[in-house]
Amino acid sequence: MSPILVGIKRVVDYSVRVRVKPDGSGIVTDGVKMSINPFDEIALEEALRIRERGLATEVIAISIGPPEAQQQLRTALAMGADRALLVQVDAPVEPLTAARVFLALAQKHQPQLVILGKQAIDDDNGQTGQMLAALWDRPQATFASKLVLDGALARVTREVDVGLETIEVDLPAVITTDLRLNEPRYIKLPDIMKAKKKPLDVTSLADLGVAAPAHAIRTLKFEPPAQRSRGVMVKDAAELVAALKQRGVL
Amino acid sequence: MNRALVIAEHFQGKLNPSTAKCVSCAQGISDAAIDIVVLAADAAPVAAEAAALAGVQRVRTLQRPENAEALAAVWAPQIAALATGYTHLFGPSTTFGKDLMPRIAALLGVGQISDVMAVESALRLRRPVYASNAIITVEAPAGSIVVATVRVASFQPAAAGGNATIEAVASDAPAVTAKLPTTTRFVSRSAANADRPDLQTANRVVSGGRALASAENFKLLFQLADALGAAVGASRAAVDAGYAANELQVGQTGKIIAPELYMALGISGAIQHLTGIKDARTIVAVNKDSEAPIFEVADIGLVGDLFQVVPELERLIRAGG
Repeated sequence: MSPILVGIKRVVDYSVRVRVKPDGSGIVTDGVKMSINPFDEIALEEALRIRERGLATEVIAISIGPPEAQQQLRTALAMGADRALLVQVDAPVEPLTAARVFLALAQKHQPQLVILGKQAIDDDNGQTGQMLAALWDRPQATFASKLVLDGALARVTREVDVGLETIEVDLPAVITTDLRLNEPRYIKLPDIMKAKKKPLDVTSLADLGVAAPAHAIRTLKFEPPAQRSRGVMVKDAAELVAALKQRGVL
Repeated sequence: MNRALVIAEHFQGKLNPSTAKCVSCAQGISDAAIDIVVLAADAAPVAAEAAALAGVQRVRTLQRPENAEALAAVWAPQIAALATGYTHLFGPSTTFGKDLMPRIAALLGVGQISDVMAVESALRLRRPVYASNAIITVEAPAGSIVVATVRVASFQPAAAGGNATIEAVASDAPAVTAKLPTTTRFVSRSAANADRPDLQTANRVVSGGRALASAENFKLLFQLADALGAAVGASRAAVDAGYAANELQVGQTGKIIAPELYMALGISGAIQHLTGIKDARTIVAVNKDSEAPIFEVADIGLVGDLFQVVPELERLIRAGG
């Protein structure tokens, strides 16, 4: 048996109405609620269930982010992770760098599974799991909606465009979670107290031997999206059909 | 000179329309010569379709029994081996491309650009972030290959009428001789809605929300969809409630679509849902709640009871709508 590594990203809460700064340099984050990326909560929940079935030694929650990401790691510990690690960075890293961090940690901890969210709801990239699997030269099962461990392999049901696909992967492997893999547990007050005593270490890219790439993809500017305007209101189905015909849609 | 390679997406011997949209995206790069690569166990039928897309110079086939299923771990090393000499690699931002393209990029040691919605130049591309609440312009580093997924809702498919040459990748090329991993194996696939129009490429989509209140009631939508020749979609709330299958989910974490007509029935219009439909040409909303946010983006709105409006709509459309 071996550990499971889980990625925990600190992101703007899903309920926040995100606004672009007037100067186009980014989005407004002052005073905005921050949370664990929802897909990462699902990843953690799945890891905890596997450990609770006695199929993993421990669950290690890993975040790459600013010092404040310790809040999200404490939440992960309260949910049930055994220990946490913050790889502290000054600026957000691109997915390839994140994948290199997880590779270094996978080589160190020799996990059977690395479970990550299928995407983070801030940059919506959806790349880190696949990139890690490539660098680690291991199988990937993305968009997982069901995960069954069977000895040295996992059978994973994936949510693909045409429906559901099941693949079999030899362990160790990288899993990325889709929405319906599980429903994450609620945290109880005693768990929050217990989490304060659990280990949370802080490290850096340099400590892990990961260099930020010299030639990264640069973000030049942020803009608000084009807005759709409110259209016409109709009274009943007949008027609706008439309006559709008028627009040439029917 | 720019050279782009588009990775063909196909299923059951047919080219997915997402490939023609990737070709359109690649055409946005001035002076780009465009190739398509088809990985398959039997590449001929797909290659023939791909060769008919206008603007494509060459269709390259990589036919191996191992390519029968699109397993990223198996396909990525072959495509990475083929990438030499190209300035751009494009795949669709469908589950196929999202699974595959980052793996290829990592093998090539470069970052990847997700969900390209517009091309400004060979290195400058635009993409949505934060559930499309912001659009960013990114610049890829000069001198390294650009690997990207293409937001299919943002591009029209490349026209037909092309006549590209079809050639198999040389049998001694590394992409063909490489030993492929066997640690990932395809088991099975279930496609519940395979006989209906494909949600991602349909011209018309009828979509239902939590207000449908049961899977049984969702059938009303399917009947209306049949009358319109439309695909069926659903909000996350409807999928979570078990009224509709997962693959029907439209929104930030489901499918991003751009049909000619989108009918949102009993969908309140959470930001995450609106993200998935912003590019639809005409949005129709029917909802009991006149304050529902969906009305802020709808071209035609109707405040009313679904269970009266939907059957009535179906009747009117069948009667010659």
